[in-house]
Amino acid sequence: MSIPSPRNDWILMAVFTAAVLAMPVWLAPIGAAYPDLLQKFAIFGIFAIGFNILFGLTGYLSFGHAAFLGVGSYAAVWSFKLLTMNVLPAVLFGTVLAGLFAVLIGFVSLRRSGIYFSILTLAFAQMSYNLAYSVLTPITNGETGLQLTLQDPRVIDNAISAPGEGLPWTELFGIKMSGYPGFYFCAVMLIIAFFISLRIFRSPFGMMLLAIKSNQTRMSYTGFNTRPYLLVAFVISGMYAGLAGSLLAVTDPLAGAERMQWTASGEVVLMTILGGVGTLVGPMLGAGIIKYFENIFSAYNDQILHGIFAALPDGIEAVVVAVTGLFVGEGWHLTLGALFMIIVIFLPGGLVEGARRIKSFFVRRSLRRHGIRTDQPVTRV
Amino acid sequence: MDAFLLQVLNGLDKGGAYALIALGLTLVFGTLGVVNFAHGALFMLGAFCAVSLQQLLTISKKIKDPSVTFFDAFKETPYMEIWFGDAGTAIISYSVPLSILLAIPVMLLVGLIMERGLIQFFYKRSHAEQILVTFGLAIVIQELIKVAFGANPIPQAAPPIFAGTAPVGHWIGLGDAVVYPWWRMIYLFFSGVVIFAVFAFLRYTTYGMVVRAGMADRETVGLLGINIQRRFTIVFGIAAVVAGLAGVMYTPILPPDYHLGMEFLVLSFVVVVVGGMGSLPGAVSAGFLLGILQSFASMNEVKNIFPGIDQIIIYLVAVVILLVLPRGLMGRKGVMES
Amino acid sequence: MGKIILDVSDVQMRFGGLMALSDINLQIEEGKTHAIIGPNGAGKSTLLNVCVGRLQPNHGTVMFEGTTLTGKTPYEINQVGVARVFQTPEIFPELTILQNVMVPAFAKRDGTFRFNAGGSLFGERQIREEAEHVLEDLGLTEQRHHVAGSLSRGDKRRLELAMCLVQHPRLLLLDEPTAGMSRADTNRTIEILKRIKERGMTKVIIEHDMHVVFSLADKISVLAQGRIIAEGAPDDVRGNPKVQEAYLGGAHL
Repeated sequence: MSIPSPRNDWILMAVFTAAVLAMPVWLAPIGAAYPDLLQKFAIFGIFAIGFNILFGLTGYLSFGHAAFLGVGSYAAVWSFKLLTMNVLPAVLFGTVLAGLFAVLIGFVSLRRSGIYFSILTLAFAQMSYNLAYSVLTPITNGETGLQLTLQDPRVIDNAISAPGEGLPWTELFGIKMSGYPGFYFCAVMLIIAFFISLRIFRSPFGMMLLAIKSNQTRMSYTGFNTRPYLLVAFVISGMYAGLAGSLLAVTDPLAGAERMQWTASGEVVLMTILGGVGTLVGPMLGAGIIKYFENIFSAYNDQILHGIFAALPDGIEAVVVAVTGLFVGEGWHLTLGALFMIIVIFLPGGLVEGARRIKSFFVRRSLRRHGIRTDQPVTRV
Repeated sequence: MDAFLLQVLNGLDKGGAYALIALGLTLVFGTLGVVNFAHGALFMLGAFCAVSLQQLLTISKKIKDPSVTFFDAFKETPYMEIWFGDAGTAIISYSVPLSILLAIPVMLLVGLIMERGLIQFFYKRSHAEQILVTFGLAIVIQELIKVAFGANPIPQAAPPIFAGTAPVGHWIGLGDAVVYPWWRMIYLFFSGVVIFAVFAFLRYTTYGMVVRAGMADRETVGLLGINIQRRFTIVFGIAAVVAGLAGVMYTPILPPDYHLGMEFLVLSFVVVVVGGMGSLPGAVSAGFLLGILQSFASMNEVKNIFPGIDQIIIYLVAVVILLVLPRGLMGRKGVMES
Repeated sequence: MGKIILDVSDVQMRFGGLMALSDINLQIEEGKTHAIIGPNGAGKSTLLNVCVGRLQPNHGTVMFEGTTLTGKTPYEINQVGVARVFQTPEIFPELTILQNVMVPAFAKRDGTFRFNAGGSLFGERQIREEAEHVLEDLGLTEQRHHVAGSLSRGDKRRLELAMCLVQHPRLLLLDEPTAGMSRADTNRTIEILKRIKERGMTKVIIEHDMHVVFSLADKISVLAQGRIIAEGAPDDVRGNPKVQEAYLGGAHL
């Protein structure tokens, strides 16, 4: 990565924007350029970018972020049911409600650090999940999940025009929010989310969070009350999750409790570390890769595998199919778990760190050829 | 009073399972300094040792049913019965307790492989990285079990002589309404024995003394020229066996499926944190305490007052304890507080 | 006697059955350098910890310029103008050296908390200049873009000192600022500390190295077994037989 400077940041922002908006073009060759998947890239990108603001900057590992995703989804669907199918209020409610929820959970959880914090967030997420399945059924519709119905009041929409036939669709001032329009809506949200994250990284506030991660003791003897800093970071990242959750509802207006399960929290952790914890583009990268491979791997089955390995001799073919068959289709989670381990063991800095290492290897080699010593790492503010 | 006693009893066996898992988790954390999110998977592996043995014993072939005389009826008959007759049938019905014999070497081996193959490389890494890598391992184990045994729970029967219920209420003069399944009582007894064995091992053997010294101050013990590393490897193996045995014996109470490990892991971690990270007595007492509390919370009388309390009681208790007593019930100072 | 800036009165600190500090009374004069010496385990670091709010004494109070420090949190104590250098350097190893010094400069300007996510580090000229000025003063300018964790131990100590100095504290507490340093580095630190003194900053130093103590101190308190057994100008303390016995077991200073 290049040395941060205002100019380089604007370039990064421009490249990111162009790359996101042009995803339908450049992802076409690898077969990922269809709206449903593109929407997922953008949505989980937001989720991971937000998670990274907490984990990457402060080092606090939350195992309960899926709860905010779920809250965002429920809030958005309720906005569709009660008010209007317009997505703006839904996104607003989803984000704000998740933020309020994060204030509550963060206020309590942040009284502890390290693994205690992880367990506290996990406990809160599991409580939310269990309650969503049981007592809160009037709000969450339990196992079935919250869906639109024909009887929904939708007061704003119905005041403006008579309800049409069948279930309505989510829309932005008349534009139907599915397919490519839905993707572009999510993409714009993603770009805004990335921009805010970039600003936080480059702000004094961001530096304070990094300092907390680096040495919390020194922070308090330096005159900082670290808790409000942590709480603000926690709430911001909770709001990102809420935004992602509400966008899930925008592209497909239903919400289920399984979205809040702790395995879902684990997934966003994986996305972040796969791309690179504490890096700007890493989490987006991780989210994209995970969702892409999930999509591809889940679609495979033994028949497709037989097709792929048909060229091999029969006996070997059967073995290869049996082994790879473990990792695809239903076995996608196995791949995910294995990937998790491989990344943590071999590349704790994630893919961005990997790229950096490769680059510095070549840079060093060329410098050494010119007789320049390179043993001191150099970075700038 | 009856209802009260019944709930205490109901909570005890689940508490026993929590205590056994939390005990191993704490042992590993205290000695190796590793936060092992794959510990629940070890519990599940134990449970599937029982499933494996049962499936192994009941490998069958179709033979003619001699009790049906007027036409040729075939029935699936396990080889065990064909070869050993009634003795074979008896062996099959005792497959769960017999699995203990299988689970001890298997779990010990699994533990040693896990420690040497993965965990040892994470002693010096951050707790967050330990959590992440063992979380990945837990997913891998769980998915492999799913591939091997399918996604549905596989019921296991307790031996027939333990099938009924014990008239506990009658024994202590509280009326016949208070009964307690024999197998749960066996489980409670069993977990007591295992817990006692682990504590006795730590207290009365020189080996255990070194381990305890290592828990208190690892560096100094290392300086004494004792190969603490090898001992810790074995501690990990023991923790794996304890979790595995807890899993084996729990199968008649809860039919195991591949999710079992994760469910118990989350709860046991809460148990460990409530008991106090690094405290063995804390882990055990918190295990039983939370088991009983959970049982009380699922009484209808309680649920009518606080709807949904049974779903969240453990987590709620954990949150309150952590806020009021930062180190848990019996935690030591300075453990995991950086 | 000049104005008293730090007033420790009747402080008692117990750890279980151990009396770490008993009835400590200590007055630090403004603008002076006050050294606290004593054998290992005498309670010197405990005393500093009580002053900065890391420990709460069982009894007694610590006053700083009329405000009570006892019961306050470390960050509140820092905000009234007390900074501390630790025995093992507490720095931000992952941040650059310049950032390490900018962080405390922000604390001085913005207080205990400010949600400053809209601003940009690139725009914080003044803070950056202040930090660079201090780094130049301590001879760390060249490495300022290096990661602080890569510094040598001696440089880490100097960096920590820079982090305190950028806040212009009224009172600076130093816990063995030269322990583990080479002779050359020690002399350099002495020079720096002398220069600070010229600016009128009050200092309390815990130190084992008598060369450092006698180069810097205006006044010395001797602590042994949790009590102050002697106090006075360096020359008086040097000649005090009680001190020689407690501290050196009879050997001569």
